[in-house]
Amino acid sequence: MKQSDWFKLFLVIVVFVIFGAYAVDAFLPQQTLENLPSFMPKKVINLGLDLKGGTHLTLEVETDKAIAGILQQASENLKKQFDNAKIAYNTVEVNAKKTSIDVTLMDPNDINRALDLIQSNFGNFETKTIGSSIIMTLKPKIALNMQKEAVNQAVGVIRNRIDQFGVAEPTVVTSSSRDIVVELPGISDPERAIKLIGQTAVLELHLVDDSVNVENALNGQLPPDDEVLYQIIKNPTTGEITKVPIVVKKAPVVTGSMIKKANVTFSSQTNQPVVSFELNSQGTQAFAQFTSTHVGKRLAIVLDNTVYSAPVIREPILNGSGEISGDFTVRQAHDLAIVLRSGSLPAPVKVLEKTVIGPTLGKDSIKSATLAIIIGSIAVFLFMVVYYRLFGLLADFALMFNLLIILGTLAMLGATLTLPGIAGMALTVGMSVDTNVLIFDQFGTETIKGFAITLAIGLIANMFTAITFTKVIYDALFSNKSLKKLSI
Amino acid sequence: MLHIFKPDLKVDFVSKFKWGIFFSLFLIFLGLASLIVKNGFKVGIEFKGGTALILQVKNNLGTGEVRSLLEKSNYFKHMTIENYGNVNGQYLIEIPISKVNNDILNAEIAKAFEKYGPGSYQILKVNVIGPKIGSDFAKKAIIAVVLSLLGILIYIAIRFKFNFAVASVVSLVHDVLITLGFLSLFNYELTLDVIAALLTIVGYSVNDTVIIFDRIREKLRNNPKLSKIDAINTGISETLSRTIITSSTVIVVTLILFLFGGSVLRGMSFALLVGFITGTYSSIFIAPPVLFLFKGPLLPEAKKQEVASEEMFKRSYKIE
Repeated sequence: MKQSDWFKLFLVIVVFVIFGAYAVDAFLPQQTLENLPSFMPKKVINLGLDLKGGTHLTLEVETDKAIAGILQQASENLKKQFDNAKIAYNTVEVNAKKTSIDVTLMDPNDINRALDLIQSNFGNFETKTIGSSIIMTLKPKIALNMQKEAVNQAVGVIRNRIDQFGVAEPTVVTSSSRDIVVELPGISDPERAIKLIGQTAVLELHLVDDSVNVENALNGQLPPDDEVLYQIIKNPTTGEITKVPIVVKKAPVVTGSMIKKANVTFSSQTNQPVVSFELNSQGTQAFAQFTSTHVGKRLAIVLDNTVYSAPVIREPILNGSGEISGDFTVRQAHDLAIVLRSGSLPAPVKVLEKTVIGPTLGKDSIKSATLAIIIGSIAVFLFMVVYYRLFGLLADFALMFNLLIILGTLAMLGATLTLPGIAGMALTVGMSVDTNVLIFDQFGTETIKGFAITLAIGLIANMFTAITFTKVIYDALFSNKSLKKLSI
Repeated sequence: MLHIFKPDLKVDFVSKFKWGIFFSLFLIFLGLASLIVKNGFKVGIEFKGGTALILQVKNNLGTGEVRSLLEKSNYFKHMTIENYGNVNGQYLIEIPISKVNNDILNAEIAKAFEKYGPGSYQILKVNVIGPKIGSDFAKKAIIAVVLSLLGILIYIAIRFKFNFAVASVVSLVHDVLITLGFLSLFNYELTLDVIAALLTIVGYSVNDTVIIFDRIREKLRNNPKLSKIDAINTGISETLSRTIITSSTVIVVTLILFLFGGSVLRGMSFALLVGFITGTYSSIFIAPPVLFLFKGPLLPEAKKQEVASEEMFKRSYKIE
């Protein structure tokens, strides 16, 4: 044998040992794995949801809404700065499509001062001037970054919520620029999961503006810094739901980002589950200051633009704690506490797709697909032995080696084996005969020395690259080329 | 021992090409007719949006009985129901609504099966697809198939010549068309799995074609005086053993997958089975005939031999 052949043989043995260790370990039970010496690989092959059952969700982050929020904030900020700089304006407002801030000045002579101010304080915006109006839009690159940021943030928040909810081995990944794929093995109640994952959970405490008549406010007589929100009240005896409008100040006193802790407790009066929260130092300070100066006023607890309750401030609250009461079940209160602890989503999410796979379907699939692989392999193995005799047996070993490499690679990469993946392995068995036939055909028409070992090595070497079955197809495209380079 | 046929076997395939083409046109026509009669493809939920569920039902209830039980619920007013993957008591039910609350859905099904008790059915899978993601999937699937064909066209045009590339792609399109026709004929749904199967068929079939083309090219390189007809006949004949052995093992494995692989894999393995058979057949009876559509020599090298010499071996062929 040539030196290069010895090297190939050595390579084969090394690969066999490494991939074999991974492939075998992938099927050992967890307990046996833990007792193995530390140099042994301890990775298992993950089964896809279609094999083990669970919930699969595709969510779209409505990044437009995140951008709209940013524009709204910037427009409020701009108004304040115009006031400070004594620049009089007719309007500063976000346009109907929520893509720009439209500014109209009272005095056209102020235009340069206004542009200077925008340029120095609102660097993220580009401006276009028409007469005494300025149209401010986010720079495209900045807007794109903000959208990306919103999606990444959403992934973080969702992951956090799922972790606290307690799902084993969840997957939360972005799938396209705006989509998030969530996989929850073993979870068969998608609605609860969607509620938990999809709740925007923006918590804000607003001062109730009792000086404004609600009727008038609904007819449009609303002070510019007020807004109308609704409280949903369920009649405990009839179960009837009514929406009660409440006028509140737009600017929140405390926001959800200032929450340090949130837990389920039971109300001392009604004995119903409530979510009690504790603010961080910044929030506590703001809350204490505000409640000291507003005793006797009402404070609305607003979650995702819905008022949950609007209790009267009886005394200054100095310890920074409060509670949200609503018509919660214990489970709902538990989920809301998780959501508040893990922070709010930067933008609402929409469910594009949800799939629930029961555990039995996966088990049945594994059983029948495995049976198909076994029958298929036996058929191919027998064919090889009957047709090619000794060399067929050799090729059979190569084939098993090939399957070993596939499994080992899956384990090594921590990849996920799905049902079509198993089908692919079955096809690999069928297709790998091709390589063998091409090699044997070649060897049948040429006179060669020391062919056996070289041939076996050639076979196995060819298999190295055949990691996935699609690759097998494309590899086969080249395989009769590479044959000419084989030193037979 | 190594060949099913004798190594020096030479079959006159070229004279039989016209029968192959007729046969293929017939099959394609059959598929088209089925599509017309059935008003287009049966498209899976992932492409059109809506809700699909797989139900396992006891008590030997048939499609009609399950339908009448469920139809009382508003959710299931416009449902379609069929047996799933030839498994007894497994049904695929589709409803054209994508705003579905799973809790309510489960309750409605429980209500429908009330008289048989809670153990009489089992929800194996529920799949709710919004309309937007559905059209997204459809777009991506078409792009994937077109790109794969385009990629193969370019690759073979570089490795061989443009005429070979066109011939390969024509035979691949033929394979895809026949597979699609058979899916319609036998009432299989177009799903994402089936699209994956189509891509696999394209990849597999091109392999067969390239091996035959490579042999034809080798024949021409070794003997530039060989006629087109001779080169094609010997090219196909010499690779026939290989074609039959490898195709039959792949087809047998796919058949086993189709028969024993379970209900979920049935649609995919049916497509693969049809596609692999067609792919093998087309690399012999469809791809090579397309080469005749191109005037002039098959290989650029042959050009150097001057027109006169080409004339010469044309004549010599007639003498033979």
